[in-house]
Amino acid sequence: MSETVDLGMPEALSQVPRTEVKQSAKDFKTDQEVRWCPGCGDYAILAGVQSFLPELGLARENIVFISGIGCSSRFPYYMNTYGVHSIHGRAPAIATGLAVSRPDLSVWVITGDGDSLSIGGNHLIHALRRNVNLKILLFNNRIYGLTKGQYSPTSEVGKITKSTPLGSIDNPFNPISLALGAEATFVARTIDSDRKHLVDTLRQAAHHEGTALVEIYQNCNIFNDGAFDPLKDANTRDDELIRLVHGEPIRFGSDGGRGVVRAADGTLEVVDVAAVGADALLVHDATAEDPSVAFALSRLSDPVTLDDTPIGVFRNVARPSYDQQVRAQLDTAAKDGPGDLAALIAGSDTWQVA
Amino acid sequence: MRDAATRFVERTTGALQGASEGAGRSGDDEAGVVSKQVVQLDRVIIRFAGDSGDGMQLTGDRFTSSTAAFGNDLSTLPDFPAEIRAPAGTLPGVSAFQLHFADHDIMTPGDAPNVLVAMNPAALKANLKDLPRGADLIVNTDEFTKRNMSKVGYETSPLEDGSLESYAVHPIPLTSLTVEALKEFDLGKKEAERAKNMFALGLLSWLYHRPTESTVEFLKSKFAKKPEILAANLAAFEAGWAFGETTEDFSVQYEVKPATMTAGTYRNITGNLALSYGLVAAGRQTGLPVFLGSYPITPASDILHELSKHKKFGVTTFQAEDEIAGVGAALGAAYGGALGVTTTSGPGIALKSETIGLAVALELPLLVIDVQRGGPSTGLPTKTEQADLLQAMFGRNGEAPIPIVAPSSPADCFHAAIEAARIATVYRTPVMLLSDGYLANGAEPWRIPDVDALPDLTVRYTTEPNHELPDGSKDFWPYLRDPKTLARPWAVPGTPGLEHRIGGIEKADGTGAISYDPANHDKMVRLRQAKVDGIEVPDLEVDDPSGEARVLVLGWGSTYGPIGAGCRRVRREGLTVAQAHLRHLNPFPANLEAVLRRYDKVLIPEMNLGQLALLIRGRFLVDAVGYNQVRGLPFKAEELAGVIKDVITSV
Ligand code: SF4
Repeated sequence: MSETVDLGMPEALSQVPRTEVKQSAKDFKTDQEVRWCPGCGDYAILAGVQSFLPELGLARENIVFISGIGCSSRFPYYMNTYGVHSIHGRAPAIATGLAVSRPDLSVWVITGDGDSLSIGGNHLIHALRRNVNLKILLFNNRIYGLTKGQYSPTSEVGKITKSTPLGSIDNPFNPISLALGAEATFVARTIDSDRKHLVDTLRQAAHHEGTALVEIYQNCNIFNDGAFDPLKDANTRDDELIRLVHGEPIRFGSDGGRGVVRAADGTLEVVDVAAVGADALLVHDATAEDPSVAFALSRLSDPVTLDDTPIGVFRNVARPSYDQQVRAQLDTAAKDGPGDLAALIAGSDTWQVA
Repeated sequence: MRDAATRFVERTTGALQGASEGAGRSGDDEAGVVSKQVVQLDRVIIRFAGDSGDGMQLTGDRFTSSTAAFGNDLSTLPDFPAEIRAPAGTLPGVSAFQLHFADHDIMTPGDAPNVLVAMNPAALKANLKDLPRGADLIVNTDEFTKRNMSKVGYETSPLEDGSLESYAVHPIPLTSLTVEALKEFDLGKKEAERAKNMFALGLLSWLYHRPTESTVEFLKSKFAKKPEILAANLAAFEAGWAFGETTEDFSVQYEVKPATMTAGTYRNITGNLALSYGLVAAGRQTGLPVFLGSYPITPASDILHELSKHKKFGVTTFQAEDEIAGVGAALGAAYGGALGVTTTSGPGIALKSETIGLAVALELPLLVIDVQRGGPSTGLPTKTEQADLLQAMFGRNGEAPIPIVAPSSPADCFHAAIEAARIATVYRTPVMLLSDGYLANGAEPWRIPDVDALPDLTVRYTTEPNHELPDGSKDFWPYLRDPKTLARPWAVPGTPGLEHRIGGIEKADGTGAISYDPANHDKMVRLRQAKVDGIEVPDLEVDDPSGEARVLVLGWGSTYGPIGAGCRRVRREGLTVAQAHLRHLNPFPANLEAVLRRYDKVLIPEMNLGQLALLIRGRFLVDAVGYNQVRGLPFKAEELAGVIKDVITSV
C-alpha cells in the first residue's frame, strides 16, 4: 500500500549491526508470562512488533526497548532484546541518553497516553523537537488502565470515570497535532487490530533517521472498551477512516466517494468527490517541509465520534538527527587525537615551587 | 618589539625586586616616584566591593592570579547577588570578592578584611560592618553623590560626617582619575569609566607588591580583537599603579612574602573547575566515555559549561529540558556503558530523586553532583550551605541507600570526583557528591597531580553468561552478585547472548525477574543496604598534634578550612583540640565510632541545623554537640575558635 520514502538521508539503522541468522517472531519472545488482561489490544501490538522485527535483520542484542509506567510499559519484559522498564513518563529522557551515546543501537520507546502526554509530556515534546534517534510507540487507549480507570489526557470531554463521576471537563490532547506542533520529523497513526497497517507503519518508522512518533489506537477492553470501534467495525470503518498514502489523493469512504480538499479559509474539509471532481482532491505529501497541512489533516477527526480519522504517515521529513550531530561534534574535536589530561589540568597559568 | 605594556611589566617587576631587597629602601629612582616605606606582613585580607556591573569579580580574579603567581598561599570567597543585574547602586546589587593571602599555608578566605575597596555607597554600607576598626578603607568618592547616598539611606555623607573616623580612609576619585588617564583614547565617557576597576586593581597591585605580568597577559588575550579597549584597560591599570607610587595618601607599601609550600607545579583552581577536571580524569581512569546530562542551575552550571568544552576527551554534554531529563539521560547512557553524570544543586536533587531511586534499583553506576546552596526551595541561589546531607542520605522513596562523598576544599573536588567514580563503577551504584557554593566558586592554589599516578579504575563489562543451568548450558542472570562487592554484572546492550530486561519493579535475587515475593523483597532491600554498607572507604584520620585533646571537632565538606583554622587558633593559645573531617558520609569510615569514643566531647560545626550530628547521634549514640549557622556564608575561624574554646572549658 505505501512504500518507504527515499529521503537521501543517513538511514537510522545504518550503524546497527546486522545478523546473518534468519530470525522469526519466536526469537523475540521471552519466557515471561504475558500479563495483560485477556483481550487487551496490547497483545496485538506485541505480536505485530515481534512479527515485524525479523525483517529488519538486526542483531537482537542491538535492539533496546525502554518504557515508562502503565499497562503498555510492561512491553519490554516480553521482548527478547535488551530492555528497561523505567519510571513514569521518563522513558524518552532515558532513551535519549542511550541513543545519543550508542549509535549502534536501535532504540524503541514504549509509552501510553498517560505516560507520555501527562506526566511525561515535557520529555516527549523535547525528544520530538530534538530529533533523537528514537522510535516512540504511543499506545493510546484514552484511559488510565493500570490505575484502574481514570480519564486520561486523550479522553474525550465528558468522560465519566472513577475520578470524573460527572464527566471530565478538560479538553484532550490530539497526539498527532501535538507532535506536529513540536515539529517532529516523523508522525504516524495506526490501529492495534490492523496488523498490516501497523507493520507497514512500524517499518517506515524504524528506518526514519531521527525521532519517529507512532500513535497506536489501542483498545482497553476493561476500562474503555470499544473506544475505537467506529474505526474497526467492518460496517463503519471505511466511512470513518482516512488512509493516508504519500503521493496519492486523499480519498476514502466505502465507494471512494469522499475526499479531502482545501477549504476557502485555508483549512481542510471533507467533501463528496462527485461534487468537486477527483482532480480537486488534496494529494498527500508526507515530505512537505512545512507541517501545516499535516497539522490540518490531524484536525479532521472528531474527537468524540472519531468521524474522519486519518491513519498512516502524516509527516516524514529529513532533518539531521540530534545524536548524529552530537557525534559529529565529538569526532571533529577528536580529529587531532585524544585530549591530553595533564595539559588540561595544568592550564595556562602555573608556577613552580622548588 | 617591546610595547608599552611590556615596559610596564619590566618596570614594575624591577620595582618589586628593588623593594623586596629591604624594607624602607626606595625602588627605582625614577623622577616623580616618591620613596615609600615597605612594611612586611604575614597575611592580608582584601575585599573588593562594588556594583554588580563594576567588574569586582574580575578584579578579584586578577588580583588572585597575580597573588598565586607570586607564590603566596591564598583562599578566596566571591559573594555575588542572585539577580543578574540588580538595580545599580542598591544594596541587593552589591557584588564582592574577598581574598586572603599569606606567607604561610592558610585554610580560609579570612574573617575580617584588612582593606576594603568600596566602589560606591552601597558597597560601603553593605560591607562596613565586617571591617575592623583601623582597617584601610579605599573609597571611590566620585560615586558618593547625594542621589547614590540616598538610595542606600545615607542622609549625610559618611565621608564627611565623621562616621568613618576609626578607619584609615583613603578617599580617591577613582572614576574621574580613570577618565582623566584615558582622555587620549577615543572612548565614550561610559566606556572610559568602565575601566575604573582596572585602575583600582593597579593601585592595589602597587600597594601589595603584586606582579603585573599575568594581568597584562590576561587583558591582552581578553581584548585581542579590540585593541582600543585593550589599550585603555592597560592604561587604567598602569595609571592605578602610578597613582599609588606618587600619591602621598599611601605612605607605606606592603609586602607578603611567598609561602613555603610543597615543591611542585601549582595553579589556582576553583571547586567547580577542579570538579570538572576530576570528571574528565574519571573518564580516563575508568576507560569510559563521560556523559553529562544536566540542566542549568546556580551554582552548578559552570561544570556543564566547562565539560562542554572537552569533547576531545570523549565527553558528551547534554543540556536537558529539565532536571529529571538530565539525570534520566545520564542513567540511560550508563545503561549503555558510559560514565553517566548529572550536575545540579539542591532543588534539582529534589526533582531527580525518583530517577536516583531507579538507579538504586537498576544498580547502575551514576554520579550525582549536588553543588549545595541555601534552601529550602529557591532559597539563596548564590550563597553556600550544607543542608542537603539528609536529602542525599534519605531523600528517596523506600529504602534507597546511596554512597555520599564530600570534598573538603576547592582543589579536593578533583579527587573527590575520581573517588565517586571509583565507588560508582566498582559497586554499580549511584553516588552523591556534595559540593557547595563556597567550594564551587572559591579558589586555592593546587599542586597539580601527576596524571600517571591517578588510580587505575578500568571497568570491564560483563560479556559472558554467568549462570549454569541443570543441563550444563549457561545463561545470564543480571542480578547474580559479586560475592565480595555485592555488585551485579554490568552487561551493556550490544553484548550477544546476555539480552535481559531490568526495571524499577522489585526483582528476584539472582535472576532479576519480576518478583512480588515478600521474602525476596526483604532480602533485596537488605542486599542493597549491605552493598552500600560494605563499600571500602579509607579510615578517618585525626589531627591532634598534642595527642592529649579531650575534644574532637568533627566536620564534613567545605567547613574543613574554617574548622582547621579555628583549631589552630585554639592551639596557639595553648589549648588542645583534635580535628577530624569526613569525606565519606555513607558509608562512614570503619574507624569512626572508635575515634568518636576516644574523646570526652565531640563538636560538629555545620552550615545546617545539625544534619551530620543527627546521623552521628542516631548511629553511634554519641552525645555530639552541634554548632550551626545558616547565613549563606562560610564559618569564620575566629567564631569557631570561640566555640571550640567554650566546649573545651566545659569538659
Ligand atoms: S487494563 Fe486495559 S490497557 Fe491495561 S492490560 Fe487491561 S485491557 Fe489492557
